[in-house]
Amino acid sequence: MSTTLSINKLAKFTTALTPTSLTFSQDVIKDALAQLSSSEFPTTRNEQWKYTRVGKIAAIEPQVKTEYTRKLPKYSIAENAVTFVFENGIFRSDLSYGEVINGVTIKPLTACTAAELVSVGKLAKIEGDVFNSMNSAYASDGIYIHIASNTIVQKKIQIIQILTGNQTVANTRNYLFCDKFSKAEIIFGAFSHDATNSFNNVVTEILVEENADLTIDKIQYEEAGNYTIATENVQQAKDSTFTINTLTLNGTIVRNNLTINVAGTNCTTNLNGAYLLKENQHVDNHTVVDHLTPHCNSNELYKGVIDDKATAVFNGKVFVRKDAQKINAFQSNGNVLLSDNASVNSKPELEIYADDVKCSHGSTTGQLDEEAVFYLRARGLSEKSARHLMVSAFIGDVLEKIESEDVLAFTQKILQERFGWEF
Amino acid sequence: MITIKNLHASIDGKEILKGLNLEVKAGEVHAIMGPNGAGKSTLASVLAGREEYEITEGEVNFDGTDLLELSPEDRAREGLFLAFQYPIEIPGVSNVNFLRTALNEIREYKGQEAISAKDFMALVREKSAIVELDAKLASRSVNEGFSGGEKKRNEIFQMAMLAPKLAILDETDSGLDIDALRIVASGVNKLKSPENATIVITHYQRLLDYIVPDFVHVLYNGKIVKSGTKELALELEEKGYDWIKAEVDKH
Ligand SMILES: Nc1ncnc2c1ncn2[C@@H]1O[C@H](COP(=O)(O)OP(=O)(O)OP(=O)(O)O)[C@@H](O)[C@H]1O
Ligand SMILES: [Mg+2]
Repeated sequence: MSTTLSINKLAKFTTALTPTSLTFSQDVIKDALAQLSSSEFPTTRNEQWKYTRVGKIAAIEPQVKTEYTRKLPKYSIAENAVTFVFENGIFRSDLSYGEVINGVTIKPLTACTAAELVSVGKLAKIEGDVFNSMNSAYASDGIYIHIASNTIVQKKIQIIQILTGNQTVANTRNYLFCDKFSKAEIIFGAFSHDATNSFNNVVTEILVEENADLTIDKIQYEEAGNYTIATENVQQAKDSTFTINTLTLNGTIVRNNLTINVAGTNCTTNLNGAYLLKENQHVDNHTVVDHLTPHCNSNELYKGVIDDKATAVFNGKVFVRKDAQKINAFQSNGNVLLSDNASVNSKPELEIYADDVKCSHGSTTGQLDEEAVFYLRARGLSEKSARHLMVSAFIGDVLEKIESEDVLAFTQKILQERFGWEF
Repeated sequence: MITIKNLHASIDGKEILKGLNLEVKAGEVHAIMGPNGAGKSTLASVLAGREEYEITEGEVNFDGTDLLELSPEDRAREGLFLAFQYPIEIPGVSNVNFLRTALNEIREYKGQEAISAKDFMALVREKSAIVELDAKLASRSVNEGFSGGEKKRNEIFQMAMLAPKLAILDETDSGLDIDALRIVASGVNKLKSPENATIVITHYQRLLDYIVPDFVHVLYNGKIVKSGTKELALELEEKGYDWIKAEVDKH
C-alpha cells in the first residue's frame, strides 16, 4: 500500500508572496484568502482552462522584491504621454513622468486612501477564480485613474508594466473610474526586460459611468519565456461607450480574461483583438459580454495569425439577458494558420434569453489562400512579400479599428521587427 | 523569345501535356485554340510556374534562360505575364499597393531603382486609361466584387503596368461583351511592340479580328496538332474540331 502525499502547489506558491498592504476592503482580502486556501491551480479539467495549461506558472518559485532601483531602458508606446511605470507591480516614480491633467487623478494604488479604493474588488470575481483571488490578496501596487465628470482628456496617458528578473511574480492591480460625460483613451503596455520564467498577474477593474466614453489599448509584448494572466472586469452605465483593443505580440503564455457587464441602456461596446503568434507561444482570449439591459450594441472582432508551433485559444461568450431586448451583438473570430504545427481552438458562444435581438457570431480558421499567393507571385512578388501582404490584409481589419496613431505605429514597428511584416 | 520543346506535364499522376512544341519570336502574336480540356490553361500554368504540375520531360527556353528552373516570381521578373482565365479575388489586398510592390521587386531584380510614388501614380493613371478601367477599381482590393469583364480588364491593366516581354492571355475574351472585347483588344494592341510577344488562348475567332495573330495553333490532347495562319481560325470557327480530332486520332 502506498500513500500519496498531495502537496498543494498553490499554497506553496502563495506562501512565497508578500500579502498586500493596499487599503482594500478587508472583506475582499478575507474572501480572497479563503478562496485560495480551498483551491489549487486550475487544470485542463476545468472548462475555463481546458486549452491553457498553467503548469509552467505553478512551477515558479516566486522571487518577490519590494523595491527596484536599477535603471531600465525607456519602454514607451506613445511619446509625450503622461507615463506611469511599474516594475513587477511596484511603482517606479523615477521612471514615470508627465504633467498633471485637469480633472484626472492618476497615481499608484499605494498612494490611495481607503476611501478611494472602497470599490476595488466589487467587479473582480473572487469565487472560483484563483488568479483574481491571488491578486486581491497579494497585489503590490497598480494604477488608480479617476476621470472627473465632464472631463474630456486630450492628453495621452500610458501605463507601462515591466516584468524583470528570474521567477518573478508580479501581482498588479489597476482601478479605473470614468465619471459621467467624461472621455479618455488609456494605453496599457506590458513589457519585460531581462525577464525569464516570470509571471505577471494583472487585474483591472473599470467603471464607465453614464455617457462616458473610454478606450483602452492593451499591448502585450513580454519576451518569450514569460507568462501573463490579464483580467479586466468592466461595467458600463447607460449611454456609455467602451472600447478595448487587445494586441498580443509576444509572451509564452498569455491569458486574457475580459468581462464586460453592459448594465445600462443605449451602450456601445467594442472589443477588438489581434494576436500574432510564433514559436511556442500560447495565447488565450476569453471574453464575456453580458448584456443586462436593452438597446445596446456590441461589436467583437478578434483575429489571429499563428505560425510555427504556436497555439491560440478564443472563447467569446455573449449573454443577452431576458430583459435585454433590442440588442445588436456581433462577434467574429478569424484565424490564419501559417504552419502545419500551429493550432487554434475557437469557440464563440451566444446565450440569448431575450426574443427581440440581432445577434451574429462566426469563427473561421484556415490557411492563407494559396491560389492568391500564386497570383501575386505570378505578378512578380516574392513569396515572402505575397504572404505578408495576405497576412496584413487579414489582420488589417482589426488594426484599422484602432484610432491611436501611436498604438498603430508601435504595433507596425513590432510586426516589422518580429515578423518582418510590412503593413 | 520562347521555345518550348517536347514538354510533358502531369498533375496528380495524370499526364496533361504530352510532348508540346512551340516557338514564339519577338514581335509575334500567336493564337492557341482547341477543345475544352485540351491542356491550354495547363500550358499557361506550367509556363507561369504553378507548382502543382510535375514536368516529366522537355524544356522551355525563355530569352536565353531555362524557364522551368525559375520560381514564379522570377519568371514574372524575367518578363513573363499570365492573364488568368479565372482571376482570383483577394480581399483586403489593394490592387495598386500590390502592383507597386510587384513593380519595385521587378525593378530591384533588374538592378533598377524603385519607382517614386508620383511616377507610380502617373503610370497607374496612364495604364488604367488604356483599358478604360475606373481609377477607383484600380485602387480597390484585387478583383473583389469586380464583374467578370472588370476582372479581365484588370488583368490587362496589370499587364500594362508590368510591361512584360511575353504575355499569355488565357481566354481573356471569354465573358466579355463586344465593347469590352474591343477595349481589351485595343489595350493589347497598344502594348504590342517589336520587342515583345503575345500568346492568346481563345475559343472565339471574333477576338482574332481585333488581335490579329501571325500564327494559329490547335492544341489537342496535350500537343500542338496543327499550326497555320489566321485563316485556320476561320476554318475552325466554321468546321469545329472534329475533323482535326479525326485526323490526329487516325495516326
Ligand atoms: N488537379 C487536376 N487533376 C486531374 N486532372 C486535372 C487537374 N486539373 C486539370 N485537370 C485536367 O487537365 C485537363 C486540361 O485542363 P485545362 O484546364 O488545361 O484545359 P483547357 O484546354 O484550358 O480547357 P478550357 O478550354 O475548358 O479552358 C482537363 O482534362 C482537366 O480536367
Ligand atoms: Mg482553360
